[in-house]
Amino acid sequence: MSARKTERLLNLVICLLATRRYLSAEQIRRMVAGYEDLGDDAFKRKFERDKEDLRDLGIPLETGSDSSFDDEPGYRIRRDDYSLPDVTFEPAELAVLGVAARTWQHASLGGAASEALLKLRAAGVDIDDAVPVAIETRVATSEPAFDALRQAATDRRAVNFDYRTPGATRHVEPWGLVSWHGRWYLVGHDLDRGETRVFRVSRVVGQVEAVGRRGSVQVPEGVDVRKIVLQMVEDPVRISAKVLVREGSAYGMRRRASSITPHGDGWDLLELPIAHAERLADEAIGFGPDVVIVEPAEARAAVVARLRALAGAPAEAAAGGGT
Amino acid sequence: MSGATEQLPRLLSLVPYLLTRPGAKLSDVAKTFGVSEEQLSRDLELIYMCGLPGYFPGDLIEVDITASGRITVSNADTIARPLRLSRDEALPLIVGLRMLADLPGLQEREAVDSALAKLEDAAEEAAVASSAVAVEVDPPNRSPDTLAAVDRALRERRRLHLTYYVPARDEATERDVDPMRVSVVAGRSYLEGWCRSAEAVRLFRLDRITAVEVLDVPADVPPEAQPRDLDAGLFQPGPDDLAVVLEVGPAGRWVPEYYPCESVEELPGGGALIRLRTPDTRWVRRLALRLGSAGRVVSPPDLLDAVSADAAAALAAYEQLGLLTR
Repeated sequence: MSARKTERLLNLVICLLATRRYLSAEQIRRMVAGYEDLGDDAFKRKFERDKEDLRDLGIPLETGSDSSFDDEPGYRIRRDDYSLPDVTFEPAELAVLGVAARTWQHASLGGAASEALLKLRAAGVDIDDAVPVAIETRVATSEPAFDALRQAATDRRAVNFDYRTPGATRHVEPWGLVSWHGRWYLVGHDLDRGETRVFRVSRVVGQVEAVGRRGSVQVPEGVDVRKIVLQMVEDPVRISAKVLVREGSAYGMRRRASSITPHGDGWDLLELPIAHAERLADEAIGFGPDVVIVEPAEARAAVVARLRALAGAPAEAAAGGGT
Repeated sequence: MSGATEQLPRLLSLVPYLLTRPGAKLSDVAKTFGVSEEQLSRDLELIYMCGLPGYFPGDLIEVDITASGRITVSNADTIARPLRLSRDEALPLIVGLRMLADLPGLQEREAVDSALAKLEDAAEEAAVASSAVAVEVDPPNRSPDTLAAVDRALRERRRLHLTYYVPARDEATERDVDPMRVSVVAGRSYLEGWCRSAEAVRLFRLDRITAVEVLDVPADVPPEAQPRDLDAGLFQPGPDDLAVVLEVGPAGRWVPEYYPCESVEELPGGGALIRLRTPDTRWVRRLALRLGSAGRVVSPPDLLDAVSADAAAALAAYEQLGLLTR
């Protein structure tokens, strides 16, 4: 059954590629093997489905007519639209193409990437000639909403989705998806808030609904989605903090310090450019007794409050206390 | 239906593939296309039935298979070229190449740029849509010298001396490493190599290499050294790893998004019970300190005690330095 369908579709593709003139449905019915013995309605249904299948496979099926007297539409496939343009890759280029394809090996685009390599090989390019490359890259797309959002972003269609909690529906014109530190972010225009927003794809709950026509979303001139994500994840440095660190410890902080001066008693004083007091508190407290915040005072107070909770009564420092 | 939509694209690639390789071996072709030899034979039988309308012998595609399994296809001019790349096919290759192009100091840079230009040309509109997806790799410009040195050592097969910062232990370590490859996983670049101190394959995050020197010693990667299976995840728990259970409240719900966890169990009220395995509990202690009252160690109990002791010692330090408010 399925082989018969493949056979019919292949014959249809060959026929439509071979013709220069548009062929009407009736002509196709008479010419292409597999449509014989069908009643009018059965043929119509089958032909409609076949056209849809070809289009889904990316085959550029053209509709039109050769003369203005034909009121019935005709079909053909232009070879130029169908064929992969002539392209030859050098062995070193093939090697990096292989790396690029393997990047998605276990991601949702892995299958499409290997299909692409097959097409390039089918054009006569042999990947086996590739030179070895000492680099491997991987990108994961484990977020359930990734594919639907990618589809909508490349289709330039708006999306509706629930964010963080079911029922909290967002309406967004997607501009692009950016992976940063292995996590996917969606950048787009939030239609409810009328602003540019960045969403963590992992926090999208349930189904993503694409709305509107293909191409209806316009990305404003000059928008750089990568820059928007980087600005959000990497806060600009705002304040200079003073931190005491024990000699021989806190290498991570020392590397970022703008100055380090001995403070006596086994301590060094670091001047540290930081973005947020809270973030400094988060980092400093992790070093336990090796790092002490001098200023900003709010960061110091935040650390001391947390330490008191932890040191005082560990059993009662209950989760979710939210002090 | 799904059979046909899977088989047809394969046939449309198979025909041009075979046209450019007369006498290709059945077994090789099956492997390239990721199908069994039986399936490939069925594909070829089907192709043999197809051709130009009329379907007289001269119209049909000719398929010849020798007794030794060598395939020759002819009379298939209409489908002699593969179908152009779809958007979904072009996107992963283009995004992958653009990601490589962003790595500073890479020796393959030229090949990446030219492959990208050719592919963008061949993919046309499909390439434009690819700009909606991008992968950032850290460090973009922070350690170009490190990557360049690592790259040179790989190319010249020489040993590296590293000063490497280990945050879990807050230590700067010195070691000699025979480089094997650069791996980019989850947006970070790593040097993968044979660590001569550990006598094992180790991953070194490039942004944690504080100093690097290409030594005048040839690299000597032992034959048993196998690069990591990157698809199995970078952090594979070992058999001797300690099991840790953490309970977090809503304010600590971010933890599993940033740390490798074995399981996450949702708790009423928006919290979660997190199980993980680790060879080194020092980072868990840091995490517990950072969480404060937003989370706590449930087990093992001595880890919980260690966290309280860390907190008490830290408070003592603030007191000693006269920085304790109230």
